[in-house]
Parts: sequence; structure tokens; C-alpha cells
Amino acid sequence: MVFVIAEQRDRELRKPAKEALSLGRKMADELGCSMEAVIIGEGIGSLADEIASYGADKVYVVDNPFLKYYHPMAYARVIGDLVKEKQPKVVLMGGTQTGRDLLPRVAARVGAGIAPDCTGYRIDGDNIVAIRPAISGKVIVEIGFKSPIKMISIRPNAFPIAEPDTSKKAEVENIPFEPTDAEKKMVMKEFNIKSTGRPELTEAEIIVSGGRGMKGPENFAMLEELADLLGAAVGASRAAVDAGWRPQSDQVGQTGKTVSPKLYIAVGISGAIQHLAGMSSSKYIVAINKDPDAPIFNVADFGIVGDLFKVVPVLIERIKKEKGQA
Amino acid sequence: MKAICFVKSVPDTETRVKLAGDRLDKSEIKYILNPYDEFAVEEAVRKKEAGIVDEIVVVSMGPARAQEAIRSALAMGADRGVHIEDDSLDGSDAYATAKVLVEALKKEGGLDTFQLLMFGQRAIDGDTWTVPSMVAEMLGIPSVCNIVKLDIDGNKAVAVRMVEGGEEVFEVELPAVFAGRKGLNEPRYPSLPNIMKAKRKPINKYTLADLGIDAGTVGKAGSFTEVLKYELPPARQAGRKVEGEPEEVVEELIKFLKEEAKVL
Ligand SMILES: Cc1cc2nc3c(=O)[nH]c(=O)nc-3n(C[C@H](O)[C@H](O)[C@H](O)COP(=O)(O)OP(=O)(O)OC[C@H]3O[C@@H](n4cnc5c(N)ncnc54)[C@H](O)[C@@H]3O)c2cc1C
Ligand SMILES: Nc1ncnc2c1ncn2[C@@H]1O[C@H](COP(=O)(O)O)[C@@H](O)[C@H]1O
Repeated sequence: MVFVIAEQRDRELRKPAKEALSLGRKMADELGCSMEAVIIGEGIGSLADEIASYGADKVYVVDNPFLKYYHPMAYARVIGDLVKEKQPKVVLMGGTQTGRDLLPRVAARVGAGIAPDCTGYRIDGDNIVAIRPAISGKVIVEIGFKSPIKMISIRPNAFPIAEPDTSKKAEVENIPFEPTDAEKKMVMKEFNIKSTGRPELTEAEIIVSGGRGMKGPENFAMLEELADLLGAAVGASRAAVDAGWRPQSDQVGQTGKTVSPKLYIAVGISGAIQHLAGMSSSKYIVAINKDPDAPIFNVADFGIVGDLFKVVPVLIERIKKEKGQA
Repeated sequence: MKAICFVKSVPDTETRVKLAGDRLDKSEIKYILNPYDEFAVEEAVRKKEAGIVDEIVVVSMGPARAQEAIRSALAMGADRGVHIEDDSLDGSDAYATAKVLVEALKKEGGLDTFQLLMFGQRAIDGDTWTVPSMVAEMLGIPSVCNIVKLDIDGNKAVAVRMVEGGEEVFEVELPAVFAGRKGLNEPRYPSLPNIMKAKRKPINKYTLADLGIDAGTVGKAGSFTEVLKYELPPARQAGRKVEGEPEEVVEELIKFLKEEAKVL
């Protein structure tokens, strides 16, 4: 069996959860086995139908007020115990902040190998080999498993979402839950999610990112306008973040986020190795930089050598025209 | 209270990776203290300066060079080191590593002695982000990872964890695991006198036998995963580079966005 941990936020399935479910179904078909999934939270039972539409044969629902928000210990115990009991071949989860925190705990509880942040896999007889970047994307490694249960988290955006089929139904089993004394030693006091109205950086299809070349925080308005036209997220280099122009959460690179969008537009970013570490797995890279020798051009599929303050406004107007907004 | 910081020696961020066949060529790699671990050590040192922590122990499992990572942490202000070195540890995966770190912690007094278990969010070699949560689960204690803020009051801590779109604020009872990231603090550059002082700080050395660990349960033999092969990522080709009037170059870019990237 392939077992998928389906992550929700505010009672909605997260995009990486849909990616994991879609991949789970595909792997299950390739391995000739079933796919089951677990959903955990408060008031989330109705998500079972949506999970079924991605091809789950069975859905375990753990619904309890104590589990409303992510709780590393409680989530790991419930899921770990399910995994121990069901002995799936593979456990899959989206490599979100929750996924990268929870799955290692589950692996430690169960005693299983884990390959986090995977971008590929291959089936080797009855075994699975996970493929993932390491050393900040400078190498790709193949991870072989020796444990019967294989834990894999997948990099957001690395695997496609299948077309859901609402005619598919799954068996649903409710799992009872009671917090332990140890778990009560940890509570989430606040859950502060500020919606920017734009997609989350790690999940975005398109990212418009600015660096020191933007000269100041006020000029990012231009990139935000461009991003909104494209339905994109806004990112930044460390130089722009350290200057206080953009929040920490926008930073792309070795000490920031790793992103894999379809399109990454780097504006006024030189392309230092630590920046490339976070975005070089993007499908297409576009660079706008006035220095023809900027290293970003070595990785860009399309580069414009020019002054961003002249190019970007023209680009915005031109895309507006394209979208019939001018 | 006492703090224990887990640190790793990793390739410098400027490293260009070379392969020897399907293995890593380590001959020209320069190693540093994992940048994420600097946040952990810095935070512990600040807690000591604030009178909350009275001793900081730094632990590293790894070959001889791990000593340098420990010395870097000692130069930042940690008090003493623990170095776990054994040939049988080669090839240890995250699970095996976490197991050894837990045994080292126990050897040094365990959770009765240490209330603050500090980690980096990720080691920039394997980039797995797994060891801190695994250690916490093995010990059955809370963990707050990817943190940008840590306040301690008595036996309680409030930690702010960065997640997609915002933050989660946890209150936990100590002992607990914390894993730091950029934003937690600004790690200091050790001064020359402190670098000199660090050379005289003690480092306990342990082998697997000292920790009572059977060599077959760690290292390549005892790990659940192994790296089968290394490959370089497909080299990105420099694509087209255009220069000219903004209207002209933008027109070409639009064509690229429509026909190749297919986003318009
Ligand atoms: C341990 C460590 C970790 C790091 N982690 C990260 C990380 O996570 N992310 C990250 O980004 N960096 C990281 N860095 C920093 C990295 O080395 C670079 O310093 C940083 O990426 C530079 O940012 P930048 O490209 O915006 O600035 P610069 O390198 O200063 O580049 C600015 C670019 O803008 C161009 N420009 C200027 N004006 C214009 C104009 N009018 N029109 C067009 N182009 C213009 C310039 O030609 C230049 O190429 C890290 C460094 C270290 C040592
Ligand atoms: N060999 C090791 N020795 C000591 N600490 C380690 C070791 N490996 C990992 N860690 C700690 O675990 C953190 C996360 O590492 P990783 O899970 O490998 O990404 C690091 O930042 C260190 O704090």
C-alpha cells in the first residue's frame, strides 16, 4: 500500500497535498497496490471526498480540537502508529514546512528510512529509489532504501496534480484521538498567516524576484504589479532582504527558500552561487540585468541586458496589452 | 540551565562540486561550521549572556574535521565540546546520526542535565532537515524547528517558527529541541582572543564503544537509506541574451514567454 499524509490548512487541502495524492495514485498503480491516505485536523472530515477524487481507496480521518493546528508530537504519534499498524510500502507527503518537520518524526517513531524533498523516483523491481537534490542543488543523489517502509517527501511543484475524479469514492475510517501528558507540554499559541493575495513562494508557478539592483524598497511596487499580472509570487535575493527592503520570508537561496517554479524572472540579481542554490531547478529562467557579465546570464534561458528601470515598465505595459488590460 | 548545541562540519557555500565517477570528489572541498548551526550556537551564547544558561556544550559527530567546527563554536562562546568519531560511522543516514547524537546526549547527562537542545534547521550538505525532529521524537520531547525567535521564561519557552505565508508561535515546556534559521539572530564573528581561548577549551572524544553503540546499528551497515549514486544536475545552458531598445527586447521576451515558457 502507498500511504499519503494529506495536509490541510484552514480545512482546505494544500496544493502540495494534491501533488502527493496524485503521485501516490501513480506509484500505487506502478507497484500494483492500493493507496490510502490520512487527514488530520479539526472539522476536516468532509475533505475525505476530495481525497478520494485523487484516487485514494481508503481515507483515515483524525478529527479533534487538539489537532486543529500542526502539533509535531501528536501528529507524529497518530500517523506513526497508523503506519506501524498498516505497514505501507511507501509513505508520501508534500515537502512543506509541516512535511519536512513531521515526516522525520514519523520515520523516527516507526524506524524507517526517509528521503526528504524529492524531485523524482524510479521503481526498481519491488523497491523504490528516490531522487533528490543535495548540497544546495549542486548534486542530484539517488537514495536507496533498506527499510521495508520508505518515507518520501516531495518538493512542492516538482510533481503534477492529476485531474480529480469526483465519481471516485473511498472507504472512510475515523481514528480516535486523546492527547497524552507529554503532548500537552506543547501548544500552539498563535497561527499568524498573512495573506498577500499572491501565491506562496514555494508553490508558485511563476516568481518575479528582485535584488540589490532594485535600489530601494519602493521600487518593488513595480515587481508586485508585474507579479500580479502574471499571477506570480514575489521573491528577493539576500541582498534585498538584508537591506530591509523585503521580508525574510521572501528570500530565495541557500539561507532562504528553495523554489522550483515554471518560470523565475530575476530582476537586478547578479546570480551569486548561494542565490542559484535556491532557484536553479526552475524550469525557465529569465534575467534582466544591466551587467552583460552577470553570472545569472549563465543559467538564464532568456536574458535582457539593460536597465531594469527602463525594461520592466515597458514589460508591464506590454503584458497588460496582451491580457487586454491596456 | 544548560544548553547543548549540535553542529556539523559541511562544505563551504562557495564549493563547486566535482564527482569522481558516481561518487563525490571531496579532495578540494573546504569545510566550515554549518551556517545554520551558527544561529543555534549564537542563540545559546546570547541566552548565556542573559544569565539564562550557565553552560553550553557543543556536540559534533564526524571525522577529524568536525573538531574545527566544534572549535568555531567554542570561539563564539560555547564552553566545551564533544566529538564523536569512529570509522564505523561512515555512511550513517539521518536516523543513525540521530541515534548516535541521542546516545552522546545521554552520556553527558541526558535531559536531567540539558534543557535546551539547539540545532541548525538544516545541514547544507545533505539538506535533509531531519535530524532535529528525529532526535526530539526519539527523546519524546517537544520540538520547534525553523525558528526566528526564542524566549525563555523559567521552564517554559515561546518559539516562533516560520511557515509558508506566516508563522506559528509555540509554547513548550523544557526540555525541548529548537532548530534555528536565518532571522533568529545575527551570528557573531569570533574575536582573535576568543579564537585563541577556544583552543584551550576541552573537547571530550567518544568512540562508538564509549557510547555503548553496536557498530552494526549505525554507519553504512546500520542505516535505512544509502546514497546509491551522485550525479551532477543537468547543466543549464546559457540561453539567448538580447540587448537594445526596451520596446524591442521586451517584444522578444514576450515571444519567449508565449512560445517557449508558455505562460502567456
Ligand atoms: C553563507 C551564505 C549564504 C547566502 N545565502 C543566500 C541566499 O539564501 N540567497 C541569496 O540571494 N544570497 C545568499 N547569499 C549572498 C550571495 O552571495 C550574494 O551576496 C547575493 O545573492 C547578492 O544579491 P544580489 O544579486 O541582489 O546583489 P548583487 O550581487 O549586488 O547584484 C545586483 C545586480 O543588479 C544589477 N543591477 C544594478 N542596477 C541595475 C539596473 N538599473 N538595471 C539592471 N540591473 C541592475 C547589477 O548588475 C548586479 O548584477 C549568501 C551568502 C553566504 C556567504
Ligand atoms: N553529524 C552531526 N553532528 C552533530 N549535529 C548534526 C549532525 N548532523 C546533523 N546535525 C544537526 O542537525 C541539524 C540538521 O541537519 P540535517 O537534518 O542533516 O539537515 C544540523 O544543523 C545540526 O544541528
